[in-house]
Formats: sequence, C-alpha cells, structure tokens
Amino acid sequence: MLKGGVIMDVTTAEQARIAERAGAAAVMALERVPAQIRAEGGVARMASPKKIREIMDSVSIPVMAKCRIGHFVEAQVLQELGVDYIDESEVLTPADETHHVLKHDFTVPFVCGARNLGEALRRIAEGAAMIRTKGEAGTGDVVHAVKHLRAIVQEIKMITVLSEEELFAKAKELQAPHELLLRVARDGKLPVPNFSAGGIATPADAAMVMQLGAEAVFVGSGIFMKDATTFASSEDSARRADAIVRATTHYMDPKILLAVSEEQDVAMKGLAIATLRESDLLQTRGW
Amino acid sequence: MHIANDSKNGLDSLVIPGGESTTLLKLLESGGFLDRLRDFVSTKPTLGTCAGAILMATVVDNPPQPSLGVLDIHVQRNGYGRQIDSTIEIASTQKLDGPPLELVFIRAPKIIGTGPGVEVLATRRGEPVLVRQGKMLAATFHPELSIESRVHKCLLAMARSQ
Repeated sequence: MLKGGVIMDVTTAEQARIAERAGAAAVMALERVPAQIRAEGGVARMASPKKIREIMDSVSIPVMAKCRIGHFVEAQVLQELGVDYIDESEVLTPADETHHVLKHDFTVPFVCGARNLGEALRRIAEGAAMIRTKGEAGTGDVVHAVKHLRAIVQEIKMITVLSEEELFAKAKELQAPHELLLRVARDGKLPVPNFSAGGIATPADAAMVMQLGAEAVFVGSGIFMKDATTFASSEDSARRADAIVRATTHYMDPKILLAVSEEQDVAMKGLAIATLRESDLLQTRGW
Repeated sequence: MHIANDSKNGLDSLVIPGGESTTLLKLLESGGFLDRLRDFVSTKPTLGTCAGAILMATVVDNPPQPSLGVLDIHVQRNGYGRQIDSTIEIASTQKLDGPPLELVFIRAPKIIGTGPGVEVLATRRGEPVLVRQGKMLAATFHPELSIESRVHKCLLAMARSQ
C-alpha cells in the first residue's frame, strides 16, 4: 500500500520527472492543477488519456489520475489506460449529484476525499482503498486540511469509547455502515490508509498534517505554481518538491524542518479560504 | 523516519521494506546513509522485500539506477507490470519446509538473473522470487502482508546463529 510519502500533482512529463527526482512516492497526472481550475472555471473533467500516457511513460513511480465524482465510465477508461490509482475527486466537476462510483467493480485501487468519519466510511463501503481528507484544493491555505484531519481523528477517538447500543445510534447519525463503524471502534483507526490533501503549500504544512496523523500527503498547486495562473520555474519547483519530501519524511525533526524551510523561497501566493464564497468551495462536492 | 547516528547501535539484523525504490534511494543518498547501510548489509543478516530487494541488487534495470550492489542478482523494476497487474499467487518452496508459500506481489520487481553464489528459495512460474546469498535474503513479494511468517523466521534464524 502506498504510505508515508508525498503525492504530487503534475501537468507535464517534465513536472513528473522533477517530482520523481525529488522523491515523490507517486504523481497525480492532471490537465490543470486545482489552482488553475479554480481561476479558469468551466467544467473540469478527466485529463486526456494522451496526456496521462505521456506522464506514465516518463516516470517509473506510480501514476494516479482523477475521475469526476460518480463518473464510472471515466474510471473505466482510466483503468483500461493502466493508471495505478484513481482519485474520484471533488476537484473535478461532479458527474452525478447522488451516487459515487461503485469502486468494488474495479481492480484498480481508488482514493476518495472525505471531510468527516461518516463520509470516509461511506466511501470505504463503496470500495475506496484509500481516503484523503479534502481540505480546500487549489488555495494554498492549509486551514481546512487541518480541520478535516482533526475532525476524523477526533471522531475515531470518540467512537472507541462508545457502547454497543451507542454505536447503532452513531452509525445512523453518521450515515455510515454499522459493520464498518464497529471495525473502527475496535481498531481505533480507519480500515484503509488516511492521507491529507487540499491546501498544503509549504514544508511546515506537510509536516503539520503528518504530525496530526496523516499517513501521506498530497501536494497540488503548491509545488509547480507561482500563483493561480503562472507556473513556477523548474528550479523553484524542484527546490520546493525536494523540501516537501524531506519535511514529510522527517516530520518530527524540527532541526530538519528549519533547514528545509530556510531553503524554500516564497511559497505560492494562495487564497484564504475564509474569503471564498460558499458556492466556490470544492469540498462540499461528494455525498 | 529516524536517523541512526551511531553505526554501532546494537542491531542484529535488518529488514529493508517495500516502497518506491527511487524515493528510498533519494532519501538514503541525501542523508549520506547509503554507505553505512552498505556496511551493515555486508556483515549482518538482512531481509529486503520488494523495493528493499531492488536496493540490495547488483544490477537494476527499467530504468537503471544506483543501489547498494551487495546481492548478486539482476532485477527489472516493475517487472510484472503496473499496479493493476499486482497479484497474489501460491508457490511451491523448494527450500522452505511446510506448505506452499503465499506471495503478494505489488508492482513487484522481477529477478532476471542470479549470480553463482545465490540460492533460489522460491519461484513463481520458474522465476526466482525469494533468494539468499550468505546473510542476505531478498523477496520480490511482500511476506509481511501474508499471515504466515516463514520468511521472517528465516531472517531471525540467521540473526540468532551469528
């Protein structure tokens, strides 16, 4: 299982190679990074297979790709293409307002976003092999990545002290399958790895979500974007990628965190989530 | 990740686990840890699984990359294909006592050549998947994901008999 590393959003073969050289555990092949999608608007769909294949051919590490929420045919296409993981992602425009992809129908593993335990368990029941807390993609503002990770960690802690009858009531409240909830109560953790995503922009951000209990980190716009519409230079991107990998690896070591923070130039400009309109939030997509 | 500052740290044996070998290599090189690891693996019992086996091999392909170069095998990265080609198989074990061994392959490397000093302990359709050379043991599969522990017991036996 893919655990303990950094998964980087890339839009070109060159970016994928920079990510691999920096020590990324996987790359996410995209047409546009979330910050660009947010700035440009329009319907965001699965990346073109040609683009994904170009990225798959350029690196030896696993390649992920995103399908729209509920778009099982995009998922079929991605599986046929041979991507290593599919992210059924709220960053793309949803294709179904009620249903998610039935992930048990696929052999390729899926990762899905969640903001709380109920959402995470619904995705796992549908067959997700990994969960990532959603945060707010494309902002460079870590505040909701922290909020969602803390929410899930705290809800899991509370579940472990509930009695059997309370767990029935809790399953109803969370709208989560009772048998999965029992398993979480018994183990004190999700039955699949839990990653963190959505707004992680600096080495300190990455180390923070790791200290809060994330098992790997997704970094999107923070590495290859200067701001929402212009790319950072290859040199700056390589330096940022390297710093985020080292911070994620040594997330408990303030000496190393200081060293990598010093090497980092300015991070992406970012967009404070508090200033966004409710309708601009991506995290509310998913049911 | 913890940084071992003292090479005489009292470790009897080591497991180099799976993961992305490019990532492992990058972090080992950046910490100056590669040479110390090579010294340890050359003298103490070590089990490398999946990416760990790639790190121990003398020759790595697809694409070529540096390694510890201590175990005389030639490996091809992702030799059985991508994630969707990952599989669980049951294999006969010529050299381990007991029932057939469960093999969990995840983006596994393929051993495409072994040197004269390398003993093959298990095969998948004729291809070596578990090998031993001196105190080094390497598996291209993930023994930690199966319930049984014969591969790990092999390592512990070597550690005890030092």
